Amino acid sequence: MAKHVELKNHLREIFYFRLRLAISVGFVLLLLAILLVRFIYLQAVRHDYYQTLAESNRISIVPIVPNRGLILDRNGLVLAHNYSGYTLEITPNKTANLEATINELSALIEITPKDRKRFNKLLAERRNFETLMIRNRLSDEEVARFAAQQYRFPGVEIKARLFRDYPYGAKTAHLIGYIGRINQTDVEQLEENDLAANYRGSDYIGKTGLEQSYESELHGATGMEQVEVDSGGRAVRMLSRTPPSSGNTLVLSIDAKLQEIAEQAFGNYRGALVAIDPNNGEVLAFVSKPGYDPSLFIDGIDTQSWDELNNSPDHPLNNRALRGQYPPGSTVKPFMALAGLYYNTRSPDRTISDPGYFNLPGSSHQYRDWKKDGHGSVDMFKSIVISCDTYYYGLATEMGIDNISSFLSRFGFGKKTGLDLEGETSGLLPSQEWKMKRYQQKWYPGDTVSVGIGQGYNLVTPMQLAYATATLANNGVGYKPHLVREVRSSRSHENRLIENKSAFDLQIAAAHLDLVKRAMAAVTQPGGTAAQAAAGAPYRMAGKTGTAQVVGMKQGEKYDASKLDERHRDHAWFIAFAPADQPRIALVVLAENGGHGGSTAAPIARKVLDYYLLGKVPQPLPDLSDKEVEEHD
Amino acid sequence: MTKRQLWLRFIAHLDLPLLLGIGLLMLTSLVVLYSADNASWGRPLSQMLNIAVALTCMWLIANLPLHYLMRTAVPIYLLGMMLLIGVALFGEISHGARRWLNLGVTTIQPSELMKIGVPLMMAWYFEKHEATLTLKNYFVAALLLLMPVALIARQPDLGTALLISASGFYVLFLAGLSWRVMGGLLVAALASAPVLWSMLHDYQRHRILMLFDPSQDALGKGYHTIQATIAVGSGGILGKGYLNGTQTHLDFLPERTTDFIFAVYSEEFGLLGNLILLGLYVLVIGRGFVITANASTYFTRLMAGSITLTFATYAFVNMGMVSGILPVVGVPLPLVSYGGTSMLTLLLGFGMLMSIETHQKLVKT
Repeated sequence: MAKHVELKNHLREIFYFRLRLAISVGFVLLLLAILLVRFIYLQAVRHDYYQTLAESNRISIVPIVPNRGLILDRNGLVLAHNYSGYTLEITPNKTANLEATINELSALIEITPKDRKRFNKLLAERRNFETLMIRNRLSDEEVARFAAQQYRFPGVEIKARLFRDYPYGAKTAHLIGYIGRINQTDVEQLEENDLAANYRGSDYIGKTGLEQSYESELHGATGMEQVEVDSGGRAVRMLSRTPPSSGNTLVLSIDAKLQEIAEQAFGNYRGALVAIDPNNGEVLAFVSKPGYDPSLFIDGIDTQSWDELNNSPDHPLNNRALRGQYPPGSTVKPFMALAGLYYNTRSPDRTISDPGYFNLPGSSHQYRDWKKDGHGSVDMFKSIVISCDTYYYGLATEMGIDNISSFLSRFGFGKKTGLDLEGETSGLLPSQEWKMKRYQQKWYPGDTVSVGIGQGYNLVTPMQLAYATATLANNGVGYKPHLVREVRSSRSHENRLIENKSAFDLQIAAAHLDLVKRAMAAVTQPGGTAAQAAAGAPYRMAGKTGTAQVVGMKQGEKYDASKLDERHRDHAWFIAFAPADQPRIALVVLAENGGHGGSTAAPIARKVLDYYLLGKVPQPLPDLSDKEVEEHD
Repeated sequence: MTKRQLWLRFIAHLDLPLLLGIGLLMLTSLVVLYSADNASWGRPLSQMLNIAVALTCMWLIANLPLHYLMRTAVPIYLLGMMLLIGVALFGEISHGARRWLNLGVTTIQPSELMKIGVPLMMAWYFEKHEATLTLKNYFVAALLLLMPVALIARQPDLGTALLISASGFYVLFLAGLSWRVMGGLLVAALASAPVLWSMLHDYQRHRILMLFDPSQDALGKGYHTIQATIAVGSGGILGKGYLNGTQTHLDFLPERTTDFIFAVYSEEFGLLGNLILLGLYVLVIGRGFVITANASTYFTRLMAGSITLTFATYAFVNMGMVSGILPVVGVPLPLVSYGGTSMLTLLLGFGMLMSIETHQKLVKT
């Protein structure tokens, strides 16, 4: 066979192969020899040198953690800063009997059960030879007392550290967020982004709010010190030093005073307020009530406080302004009216006759107006001023859901606004396609009717509604909203302005805007739904009230707030901008279970506008929640 | 069938000298991992699991007759190429590189598959054209090598790309690529070095530069090299003793269960320990060469030679990196570093070596 013919050839090939194999063996031996020489060099020849480095005079590279950047409001008021303080720390590896040591320490310095719990938690997560905090914020007296007795406590030391402080506490908690100890997830995240080196020595990282979304600006660059340490780990001599550079300072567009006044104006209501400068998208106030004490989280929250916050029926950890999704109620009507004009569905002067209810052709189901006997003859202007439901039931039905959605999405409904905070939700702008996907059901005409007055499937976040209101106030030119106005570099002293190049003109016809804005201005005049709240204001204010149902009503049932459980009462909305002809501020107020927009939400807005436009600081707010109010929605 | 017969059948396709070397290295792995993981059982236990899985796969491959093995070459190679293209298009980015492919259930790193797939394909190709080998065939084989290497280098994963290039080059070399061509390639490589340099990513250049001056980035990547060298050097002749490495236990050593595990070993067992470890590697590599020399077909010779040489290269590159003579590329110490994927890839290779050795023995008798 062929093999026989090539036999000789084959043998020669084997010979050549074995030759190459021999060369390979030689190559491997060479590699091994290189390693061997290197090992002998390191471990025998230079052993003393490395031994010195490793053992008696270990060179240690000590990271120097940079100071975290400050957060200031637009007028320079401090919202987050650092202060230096003393902590008492223990190195477990150098302490023989931990329990006994802590007991002895507690005779000298107060150590609460909370401190012990936190310490045990740290102990469980610790790395070898790490020092762990047992007490923070020691007073000068405590420092002195311990210093005198230090010799009795090997492995226990006092350290100077910088602490993060939030002067406005709960009032800015949802805005500023907080920093917390770096955990395993953070470590993985940092390694993923190749930032682990810059966080050597750092214990804290931004966890929520601006502290999180601007982490890369705030953290700064870690410096380092090469020091000689003795075998006990104490630094003997510094060899070289690269100084750290502090994190950058954030200057917000938030006005802290305004924020404070807005916060107080809510009284005991839960809810949210977002105020925006419509001319540039700067967020002036960003409130979510209730807040929480951010300092609880910095060194790890204890279980009890966590349970209290987490299980509270008020949900203080929920950022309502950014993540709360609610039906917009009647606040959607101005936008609905613009849609009607845009699609030419309704001319401004066409009037409808409102009998107090609406029904779809061929159906006896009555969609009721909030006013039982109806508003009589209603045109578009009046429909906004008195918030006529029947008008919008019809308008929505005539436009159809897909037209409505496509128009509203131009104002940012159903989309994230792109605010510089993480975790924003996008609300919900329903369409036929959406309902089929979500529920495998076709869209019914009745669904559209509810959407017309901001009920039904559509949901908005307060942030979204604020953006839409600001865009409307600015004649259809929208700016991407942002909280940070300026980043001040600590290194170069140059300031980076966060500019607003992202203006987006929706191209709404001037005549349409004029009609809707005039109607909104009339809302705050006698006869309008927010007349009471605006009474006596020296500036013109435009607005729209809204009420979002929390529970549905049966046919023929009457809404009676006093009979409902407090948490099932309607949410109160108010959107506004002022001055009406030259808006400098646009805002949204949501008062959860507040009842009527005109009586609960609008007065809150009034206080904020009074301060922003007039500098007027409000008197303590009278309790409105139980007062019977005539007007509705 | 008696128990004894069953046992004999079970070990029929295992190569005992090779298994001995592998087993001792694995034992070393567990011992060092216990120390590297701060005297805890976490890593050693999950490494045992990795070892068990990999050994099972090795046994299966060892029992696979050679013609089956050959038949897998093309499918494995094509699958690997498809996955690599998939990674390039839809891969997940981690550590700034696109290496992983998310299959919904699990994420995979196709470049690992190619560590076996490329030499297998090349050896298969040479076997197919054995009778009529011309320069053109070497050219095609080189192309089979360069396509996946280019994709992997683009990810960018320079370390893996170089190692796969090496394993492919070994096939070309053993297949008899003429010295003249190799000389030409060497000259071409040197000439193109400046061009390649300009194509490297910043972090890759950084790593190479760091080799010459690790103190430049003493907090980041250079820190690895500085601390690892101190660990090895301070180990001395006899080492600091098991569990007594100060570099290891004072947290100076980074990645000490994976890529830098050799520093832990070297610090605690010293030059003597290093000699023993090198001895174990010599045992495995030497046995691999014997199997290669005995291999009866063109395919098996190329495959066995490439597997053995690649294994030797991994060991050299890792120890060279830890002792500061090679740049920090992400290469684990074979059979010792913690990690399931590399253990599996290596033992698949050893399974092939055993299959090559034992199946032709049966043919001879």
